[in-house]
Amino acid sequence: MIKHLKIIDYALASLFRRKYKSLAIITAFTLVVAALASILLFSSALKTEAAHLLDSAPDLIVQRTTGGRHDLIPAEYTEKIKDIAGIGAVTGRYWGYYYDPLTGANYTVQGTDGTAKNLELLDGRLPADRGECAIGAGIAAIKKTGTSGELILVNSSNTGVLYEVVGVFRAASSLLTNDLIILANEEVIDFFGYPPGKATDVAVQVYNKNELQTIAGKVKKLLPDTRPITKSELVRTYDMVFNWRSGLMLTVFSAAVIAFCILAWDKATGISADEKQEIGILKAIGWDTADVLALKFWEGLIIALTSFLLGTIAGFVHVFFLAAFLLAPVIKGWSVVFPEFHLTPHLDPYIVFTLGFLTVTPYVASTIIPAWKTAITDPETVMRG
Amino acid sequence: MRKSKIFIGVTLAEVLLLISCFLFAFTQQTTGRQLELQARQELVQSLGLTDFAIWTEARYTRHPSQTDFFSPFQEFPSAFEHFPAGSVVAPVFTAGGRTR
Repeated sequence: MIKHLKIIDYALASLFRRKYKSLAIITAFTLVVAALASILLFSSALKTEAAHLLDSAPDLIVQRTTGGRHDLIPAEYTEKIKDIAGIGAVTGRYWGYYYDPLTGANYTVQGTDGTAKNLELLDGRLPADRGECAIGAGIAAIKKTGTSGELILVNSSNTGVLYEVVGVFRAASSLLTNDLIILANEEVIDFFGYPPGKATDVAVQVYNKNELQTIAGKVKKLLPDTRPITKSELVRTYDMVFNWRSGLMLTVFSAAVIAFCILAWDKATGISADEKQEIGILKAIGWDTADVLALKFWEGLIIALTSFLLGTIAGFVHVFFLAAFLLAPVIKGWSVVFPEFHLTPHLDPYIVFTLGFLTVTPYVASTIIPAWKTAITDPETVMRG
Repeated sequence: MRKSKIFIGVTLAEVLLLISCFLFAFTQQTTGRQLELQARQELVQSLGLTDFAIWTEARYTRHPSQTDFFSPFQEFPSAFEHFPAGSVVAPVFTAGGRTR
């Protein structure tokens, strides 16, 4: 124990002697770990958030498809679905998209039947009548309006319609409501000019959650031109979207991993002439090969452990305290109305251990191997270079 | 004081900081954000929401779970992706049990 403490002392002194090099390695290593940790924590928090929130989504959504595309669903389909055993409420949903040429943003216009009670995350209330709307925080900001303010939208007949804003969703719900405009169902039908007796899709309540797949199958059999989407599929969609394998996440992830590999490769392919000479001198004054390896092990571990711990903490702070401000512009794409991420902190030990194993182990190994090669060579040869 | 003891002290402080991150996340999940989470669940239930409002530039990025299979390739199969978000939101095949 005392011996190892002394070796750590020597290792630290040796790192301090090369302080600029050590500092540069620790900084680069910390940044790589922080980037990896940010991506893993961010995607894992979004997946957890999706799993928690979408658990309250409709059990089953039934869309009608025509020519492979989403089409409006007729009211009689609702009646047919209701006849299937095990099904509760079947409600038509009215929604669509609205492009605002003034701001260049797309909004989602969604209908409500007015039965929903007032919501905690809504300042004001939901629209109860025509001419009223509730909007997301993103729209309130971009249109510079708020509760008791006004919102003018152009309907499908190219006529401007004035709505009174009766509610604004709080920023804490931005992930769900940022681009939403909530209108009364009849208002949505008029606004988009939907033909009478048709809805955008149908939300179905299923009493027994274990029967979801069976009921989805029955709906598909009964109405072959429909596409039933179960709640578990919603969750699975977000699982895939935020999986580390998915597009951008993988791109950023691979860039960070490649940067780390270059760092490790640089270490593994050789040590500097100064370091070789140092090992030679240590051997000449009586250090064993095992002592030299222990010294190099501690040198590697000091750098890797410090960088890993600092990087992981930085990743956590970046994602959960600073709302992932460095990742957000990368993820934003071309969205004009982009939400702030108020994610529930989530730190999976699995992520921390994986990150630790994938960064600390290869770095320490790549420090020891070239040192071992030098340490087994004759000290005189090493010192002579 | 020996350098090794300073290093061990600093490392222990970092480990404690990481453990406090764990504890913070745990308490936020169990008590701190529980009310906020319930409020969001209530919102999803009342409005029948199905997707996150992250990418609003196209139908298939705004509602990845609701989109038809062809939307991400609206021009022709294997056309170049129009939107940067399309590199995050890959097409999702879910209906009928198809998975990627």
